[in-house]
Amino acid sequence: MEKTPRALKILSWVTAIVFVVALYMTLVYAPREAVMGDVQRVFYFHVAAGWVGGLAFLVAFIAGIVYLVKSDFKWDDLAVASVEIGIVFTFINVVTGAIWARPIWNTWWTWDPRLVTASIMLLAYIAYLLLRQGIEDPERRARFGAIYAIIAFISVPLTFLSIRLFRTIHPVVIGSGDPTAEGSFDMTGDMRTAFFFSLFTFTLVYITLLWYRVRLERLSKFVDMKKMEALSR
Amino acid sequence: MMFLQEGPADTFSYMVLGYAVILVTMALYILSLRVRSKNLQKDLELLIEFEEEREVDHA
Repeated sequence: MEKTPRALKILSWVTAIVFVVALYMTLVYAPREAVMGDVQRVFYFHVAAGWVGGLAFLVAFIAGIVYLVKSDFKWDDLAVASVEIGIVFTFINVVTGAIWARPIWNTWWTWDPRLVTASIMLLAYIAYLLLRQGIEDPERRARFGAIYAIIAFISVPLTFLSIRLFRTIHPVVIGSGDPTAEGSFDMTGDMRTAFFFSLFTFTLVYITLLWYRVRLERLSKFVDMKKMEALSR
Repeated sequence: MMFLQEGPADTFSYMVLGYAVILVTMALYILSLRVRSKNLQKDLELLIEFEEEREVDHA
């Protein structure tokens, strides 16, 4: 396996620095929200994590389509790497949402359309990883993964649109939402800056992690191939 | 009740909990990538060693 590329090392350092700046922006620079207090600061990374989850599943969806067309394993590597990262960030999104909801809605969980669709999306992609592991043949596994990633992607726009289509208490920060939503707030200029900087930071974190995870997937396949060679001699 | 009070609610502990979850989850994932990578590197070294030993035996 080749050494870590210089570009990846530089990207990692840049991402780490940008992440520290994002922490400063959300914890210090952005003002405290007038009603909710400090817990509103969770919102910046909560939304950014949700954005990365959706982006990661979109990448897996596209990689799945390209794999079915080209049958090139590098697209399968990209899809599985992206789904794994998407799961981590969707998990962060769901858990931080529950932490925010406790003081604002007075409950950790409610059967709200957004919470339900986000959880279904998370479970659907966890199932993707579990089911893949049960398939021995690499070609069948990749084909199954591609089809699954395409079908499972339905859950992403459904989750995004759930607070716009259904009656919900989940706030819509950008655009107009249900007037009965609890915990809505108008962002000030500084809040908006911190919000968009968080989105940028998490996108950068995703790209960096994806690069590492794809390399790991390739190394894993290379080791598997070497094992097969050793066994067949 | 929060919306009837004057000034922001005291929700500092929830903010700390939220950020702790974010940072710990990300740190654990990065650690898992590192551990998996190290384990695979070890496997690869063993396989290369095994291959070399076999070549010497055949010679």
